[in-house]
Amino acid sequence: MSEPVDPEEVRHVADLARVALNDEEATRFAEQFGDILAYFDALDEVPAVERDADLTNVMRADDTREGLSQEEALRNAPETVDGYFKGPRVS
Amino acid sequence: MGDSEYNAFVTETTIEGADDGPLAGKTVAVKDNISTEGVRTTCGSAMLADYVPPYDATVVQRLKEAGATIVGKANMDEFGMGSTTETSAYGPTENPAAPGRVPGGSSGGSAAAVAGGLADLALGTDTGGSIRNPAAFCGVVGIKPTYGLVSRYGLVAYANSLEQVGPLAPTVEEAAALLDVVAGPDDHDATTRQEGADADYAAAADGDVEGMTVGVPTELVEGADEGVRETFEAALDDLRAQGVETVEVSLPSVETAVQAYYVIAMSEASSNLARYDGVRYGVSGGYEGDWNESFAEGREEGFGEEVKRRVLLGTYALSAGYHDKYYAKAQDARAWIQQDFDEAFAEADVLASPTMPVPPFEMGESLDDPLQLYLSDANTVPVNLANLPAISVPAGETDGLPVGMQFVGPAFGEHAIVRAASALE
Repeated sequence: MSEPVDPEEVRHVADLARVALNDEEATRFAEQFGDILAYFDALDEVPAVERDADLTNVMRADDTREGLSQEEALRNAPETVDGYFKGPRVS
Repeated sequence: MGDSEYNAFVTETTIEGADDGPLAGKTVAVKDNISTEGVRTTCGSAMLADYVPPYDATVVQRLKEAGATIVGKANMDEFGMGSTTETSAYGPTENPAAPGRVPGGSSGGSAAAVAGGLADLALGTDTGGSIRNPAAFCGVVGIKPTYGLVSRYGLVAYANSLEQVGPLAPTVEEAAALLDVVAGPDDHDATTRQEGADADYAAAADGDVEGMTVGVPTELVEGADEGVRETFEAALDDLRAQGVETVEVSLPSVETAVQAYYVIAMSEASSNLARYDGVRYGVSGGYEGDWNESFAEGREEGFGEEVKRRVLLGTYALSAGYHDKYYAKAQDARAWIQQDFDEAFAEADVLASPTMPVPPFEMGESLDDPLQLYLSDANTVPVNLANLPAISVPAGETDGLPVGMQFVGPAFGEHAIVRAASALE
């Protein structure tokens, strides 16, 4: 077992990711993240290699095309108001 | 727990295809992260329990045009995150080939549908082994195509730079024939390439391996369970008896493949899954708190534990102060693996290893220790990091449990892996 991550750090990351966590989840993740991040430390030893990726940009004309209808776009929304998505308040 | 046999399907349905075509009369299971117009597509998540796509994925359109009948949306680990199909919000899938064992994952429903005779063929997706792992555990054939061979349009994204849609089937020839139908360029996916146009991979399933050189990466055999190794060695003997030359090759870079894979996949996942805000679709967090609180509540409710774990770790790996340590180094590791494969293919036509280093786990066995489960992906993730094609074909059994053999080919070398795998049938 590696050192657990500070549960406060898990909560900070969860805030950044917009995921609410209960106390039990935060504690469990703190323990597991300690092991997983310690395992990832092996990446420190990876050598830098030169390998040119054989890639080219793919472009298309910026033409207007059929998109979803308003009805189709709204069909999966939990709530709509007057043909718009309903969201929570911004502040 | 759903109603379907083996809990292989999240949703049973009947979507009829064209009257004629190469797949006329064939039934196909489609993994539930591939969009089907008018038929709900859950990704194995409570977040998308009611989500009904307004359009078909390109691969679904091609199935219909080829005359296939889609019979169900196959169960899967939530958003593809898992190796056992136990993280599905719709209950675990059973393994028809090994009762009491997991079917593998994340395309476990697709593999179980084929192994259990619920569908003739199936589509899965493979981000780090999610087609090959369940194919191996359920004793069927699965192909992870070269990155860019098959359109991802309409595939609900998990880790875009790694994932491909691919076939599962009872035989190599049938898997290759399904790949022939779905492969090829698509205007809706700018990462697709010309190589799959007019594909005829099925013709390569002729078993004619005389003179072929098969490289065996020692690093991918050493760590395997003894019974798996014995089955793998017996399959190599079988190939040698058919005129194959086997050579040892070395891939030292695979030592950090699992780490690199998880850092990249989690990072891409944390970005991709940011779209689930419960406003346009998904679970709403209500309208009480502010924007951020509402999103966080909906995501807490809609996502399962493995998805939260990966989204959080990906956010961590990309956050200020950690990006260079984790994400940038993982990209270096990815380039190193690609270089190693380039060198190996200078010595061999295809590479062979056990698909999974272990036989199928018992149900429930692997849920408590996520890191241990990640380690079982050691033989499959290098292929996704290198963008290469690979196939898993049944190689025999150990203690009555299926063992899969993986063949890896050079980019767009699908013919070679299909040919090699067909020699084991």
